[in-house]
Amino acid sequence: MCGIVGLLIKKPEWRESLGELMVPMLIGMSDRGPDSAGLAVFTATLPEPQRKYSLYSKDKFDWESLGRSFQASFTSASEIQINGNRAVLISDREPDRVKQWLKAKYPHLHLLSTGRTIDLYKDTGKPAMVADRYNFSALKGSHAIAHTRMATESAVTPDRAHPFTAGEDFCLVHNGSLSNPYSIRRRLEPLGIHFETDNDTEAACRFLEWRMREGDDLETAIKQGFVELDGFYTFLIGTADKLALVRDAFACKPAVVAETDNYVAIASEFRSLAHLPDVKNAHLYEPAPEELYIWMV
Amino acid sequence: MGAKRRLPHFDDLVFLGASMTRYPLEGYREKCTTKTILGTRYAKKPLELEIPITIAGMSFGSLSANVKEALGRAATAVGTSTTTGDGGMTPEERLSSKTLIYQCLPSRYGFNPDDVRKADAIEIVVGQGAKPGGGGMLLGQKINPRVAEMRTLPEGVDQRSACRHPDWTGPDDLTIKIQQLRELTDWEKPIFVKVGAVRTFHDVKLAVHAGADVVVVDGMQGGTAATQTVFIEHVGIPTLAAVRQAVDALEDMNMKGEVQLIVSGGIRTGADVAKAIAMGADAVSIGQAILMALGCNSETYVQKGTHHSAIEDYAAIGTAPGYCHHCHTGKCPVGVTTQDEILEKRLEPEVGARRVKNYLQTLNMELTTIARACGKQNVHHLEREDLVALTIEAAAMARLPLAGTDWIPGVQPM
Amino acid sequence: MECVTFDLAQTPLRAVNHYLHHNLTQTGGQAIEILNPDGAHNIAVGLNASVEVKILGHAGYYAASMNQLANVTIAGNVGTGVAENMMSGRVHVKGFASVSAGASAHGGLLIIDGDASLRCGISLKGADIVVGGSVGSFAAFMAQAGRIVVCGNAGEALGDSLYEAVIYVRGEIKSLGADARIEPMSEADYATVAELLAKAGFSHNPQDFQRVASAKQLYHWNADAVTSDSAFQ
Repeated sequence: MCGIVGLLIKKPEWRESLGELMVPMLIGMSDRGPDSAGLAVFTATLPEPQRKYSLYSKDKFDWESLGRSFQASFTSASEIQINGNRAVLISDREPDRVKQWLKAKYPHLHLLSTGRTIDLYKDTGKPAMVADRYNFSALKGSHAIAHTRMATESAVTPDRAHPFTAGEDFCLVHNGSLSNPYSIRRRLEPLGIHFETDNDTEAACRFLEWRMREGDDLETAIKQGFVELDGFYTFLIGTADKLALVRDAFACKPAVVAETDNYVAIASEFRSLAHLPDVKNAHLYEPAPEELYIWMV
Repeated sequence: MGAKRRLPHFDDLVFLGASMTRYPLEGYREKCTTKTILGTRYAKKPLELEIPITIAGMSFGSLSANVKEALGRAATAVGTSTTTGDGGMTPEERLSSKTLIYQCLPSRYGFNPDDVRKADAIEIVVGQGAKPGGGGMLLGQKINPRVAEMRTLPEGVDQRSACRHPDWTGPDDLTIKIQQLRELTDWEKPIFVKVGAVRTFHDVKLAVHAGADVVVVDGMQGGTAATQTVFIEHVGIPTLAAVRQAVDALEDMNMKGEVQLIVSGGIRTGADVAKAIAMGADAVSIGQAILMALGCNSETYVQKGTHHSAIEDYAAIGTAPGYCHHCHTGKCPVGVTTQDEILEKRLEPEVGARRVKNYLQTLNMELTTIARACGKQNVHHLEREDLVALTIEAAAMARLPLAGTDWIPGVQPM
Repeated sequence: MECVTFDLAQTPLRAVNHYLHHNLTQTGGQAIEILNPDGAHNIAVGLNASVEVKILGHAGYYAASMNQLANVTIAGNVGTGVAENMMSGRVHVKGFASVSAGASAHGGLLIIDGDASLRCGISLKGADIVVGGSVGSFAAFMAQAGRIVVCGNAGEALGDSLYEAVIYVRGEIKSLGADARIEPMSEADYATVAELLAKAGFSHNPQDFQRVASAKQLYHWNADAVTSDSAFQ
């Protein structure tokens, strides 16, 4: 049970201020989710074949040594951007190989996201503390989604915080609770899809990403979700070039959208939108149940 | 009535009384406090009760106005609280109860701000042990004009109480709902949250997150006259399992003592009360056994000091004293669960109040007897290490050692 | 007449609500204005006096809920449960309302100029609701008493499990819920619609409205009436 927020910048100059605009939105949802917080931001796209890997370590970690060790194993230069317990590794090596290497060599590290545009942060603690810890207000990019968590059935740990990711440049945050997450998971696991937590949202995230890898577009995947995913949800989904919002048929979990010429902002409650520039003149509305709202970057 | 099947229960636990390692207190004389404070977290006016045994919410509609009055009088006499139910607050119970807890239920039958202001605490009912996840069904035969009016419904129609609240779902929204009730009452009154026992560890945590002062956990032995057997017998977990999960949740959050825990569902004797408290409850709540004390299932009822036989009336609804569970028919032969003009007079408020008072006093005496035997000057000093289990099932659910061993099934020795 | 003004950007909500509960007699009937609500929850909860309150902006959950006697205007949108459990008085939302508007309200009049989201008038117990726009799915779910006038369209499962409440709809009804049916309008119905439209300040023709009420087939338990998927068929 949680608060969700999302922001897509339409006016290119404002991309510099994405983090600054997002932080009060995130903090506004602290009452709905005091346990943990997370944020996925979509930044400038890396050229092929480069990928970036958001990594998290629970304990203090020598990221520079990881960089050196990568160089030794792959005989290739990599870049490592360090931010406390979190770092981003950038490399042009084949992603599956990189992921296998990370898993074998650093099994205690969490791979938070993979892609050409996504950066992902998530950690336990009050949203304001998490935002501060990783300096969210300095983030730049075209769009971002974020989440504040009040854990229901799975424990309060950084990896169980949202956003969840699957595949590349795909992430999802959720307010609500699914009532059949384990059967979804048992359907996907035999297909070789690996789960990292017992969180219900991970089931939704991996289900949708699996549908898209099987050839569905986002809209078709979500429509399949209406049939397969039982329970209450408002989902906010981010991809490299899209922001999508959807609510289940009962629409018990709230959401409100504010659109201006400069941005599209989404939050569980209006109080997270109240500070946005010119929100008084924004087109404000509530998304309808089982309707798909997609905004392109 | 609650689950009838055999379930692991408090009967499967026994106390380790004092002997050489601990020193007992004299049974009837030496000091043993039972004072109980509920709602210390945020409320300006917490409830101060003389005993840790409260009367659970039961609706006017399922019970008659006389019964509600009797419960209020008895609770007041022993210094404890009573609770409204699904159907609103009656003037009878408000006048007769010194401390009255007002339930905010999914149906919101009769719910109104005047009564919120009159209440001493508010209990948001998320679920009931007898039917977690379900609403209620009060059959039309019990809907007399007064019940119908209080519930804003036509006389004689079946009343389906909703399973979810009309204006919130989930703990994030409950946080805001609790704030609403606090604002309405200027942060004076304790807010209880009652849940039916299912995923109790998580549910208690979420109730605490949402801002509850007191969490009420109702196990599957909790009674009801307003749901199906399939619900009563097949949904929910036993009280014994739930109490341990609830206490674990509070301890995990370091909120034990700050948020109080009330346990209900199948509490019948002072030993049950003592065991629930030793397991970590701050108080218990009793419904069904109170009805028994009132005369439910008795062969006779008392009017103007004379006992009258009710056997024929039991037979007329196809049952007999000791076997009756026909609350839903509204034809209670002893006047407890009825709205029938003639039958309801069979339970006189004074008679009912005396019986319930005797019962509550007996429970309290049994509780202090055990507490003193365990060397406690305060019943709240009972602790789970004072208990051992007689069966493997109870040992596993309560996570207590099997008597005479240090074995707790499923727990690795330290 | 001057009014008493509170700015929620400066004054905590608790102080404003405390004032509204305890200090109204001092103001001698002056109107109260509340500025910068910015989506705050529980503004003007539990009023119990004949007073004029204006909330200038968007409010969060439970705005003016449990209202008695007061006349509350919200110059903006509202979150979940506006006028929830209202007993009397009047609550007027100039924008749109989120889910469960007027839930369980026993009396008084709720006016929503814009749309109302899902479950508008759920469990309604006697209040009147007039919606200038459309209502979402499950409007009047289990509504027991009271009247709902919808000037726009109605979503899925309108009036599911209705008791005695009556709904009047001017636009299209996507689907009726279990036990709800369209009934002919009587002269009394036209008069009711005209009266409520006038009170709410809308000028539609009562002749354009249809009446939805309970078929009363679920008033008593009936195993044949149980379907697995009633709301979406």
